[in-house]
Amino acid sequence: MSGKVIKLHFTIDAHDFSLAGEASSSTKKMLNQLGISPLIIKKAAIAMYEAEINAFIHANGGEADVEIGVDRIVITVRDEGPGIADLDLAMQEGYSTAPDKVRELGFGAGMGLPNMKRYSDRLEIKTEVGRGTTVTMTVYVREG
Amino acid sequence: MKLGEVIKILDAELLADCGNLDLDVCSACGSDLMSDVMAFVKENVLLLTGLVNPQVIRTAEMMDIKAVVFVRGKCPGENIVQLAKEKGITVFTTKHSMFTACGKLYSSGVTGKGAAD
Ligand SMILES: Nc1ncnc2c1ncn2[C@@H]1O[C@H](COP(=O)(O)OP(=O)(O)O)[C@@H](O)[C@H]1O
Ligand SMILES: [Mg+2]
Repeated sequence: MSGKVIKLHFTIDAHDFSLAGEASSSTKKMLNQLGISPLIIKKAAIAMYEAEINAFIHANGGEADVEIGVDRIVITVRDEGPGIADLDLAMQEGYSTAPDKVRELGFGAGMGLPNMKRYSDRLEIKTEVGRGTTVTMTVYVREG
Repeated sequence: MKLGEVIKILDAELLADCGNLDLDVCSACGSDLMSDVMAFVKENVLLLTGLVNPQVIRTAEMMDIKAVVFVRGKCPGENIVQLAKEKGITVFTTKHSMFTACGKLYSSGVTGKGAAD
């Protein structure tokens, strides 16, 4: 990534559901201040929010790092949760291991990972059972 | 259709007025599953939901949705209303069920479809 890069770091809380999404919200605010086009912001915000929610519901929280460069936004959400045993399966629309109590909260439709793929230009997932998961999403910032 | 008109059609009660009742609502999304809502990106969307928690407002925030209707007479708590006000999202509640609320809006001309692209 060339030029000036703005870096943001967040801790994703594991306990208070009402706080889930704070990191994505702060990131969105920053992207707005930088004058990035609303559609690009929306893509980045939704992708990050889904990743943040996953860290909350599946992995006991984690951390997020955002790098905003002139040509791209790189979002990394990292956790030390249970990992994903079958990533191909997890990527399928509708696949979810979320318990009913998560579904009652409005999540667990099995659309999170597909949404991350849909809205990021590049999605990279490193996961190891028992170790955790790191999701890296890149959204290109195009002019106009 | 203007948001103000939506409120009349749904016999809705305004809980957080963010001054955008002249917003032109082009399409609507009715769901209790937030990831399903997020698979649907379109401008000037109204969100109808029976789910009551702060993540409804967060989802609307991420998607630039400026108005949320809670159906079946569900009344969000003060924390949710406050969060919505902070984010500039107008919130109202209607006694109608999801089915009836969506039907009323559709038959009044809110027929725009959402798309993921
Ligand atoms: N960070 C994570 N840690 C552990 N498992 C995960 C994580 N993210 C996703 N998964 C697994 O992948 C599945 C699909 O994820 P997703 O598409 O976001 O759907 P949902 O979160 O609605 O279940 C989850 O149900 C879970 O089993
Ligand atoms: Mg998910």
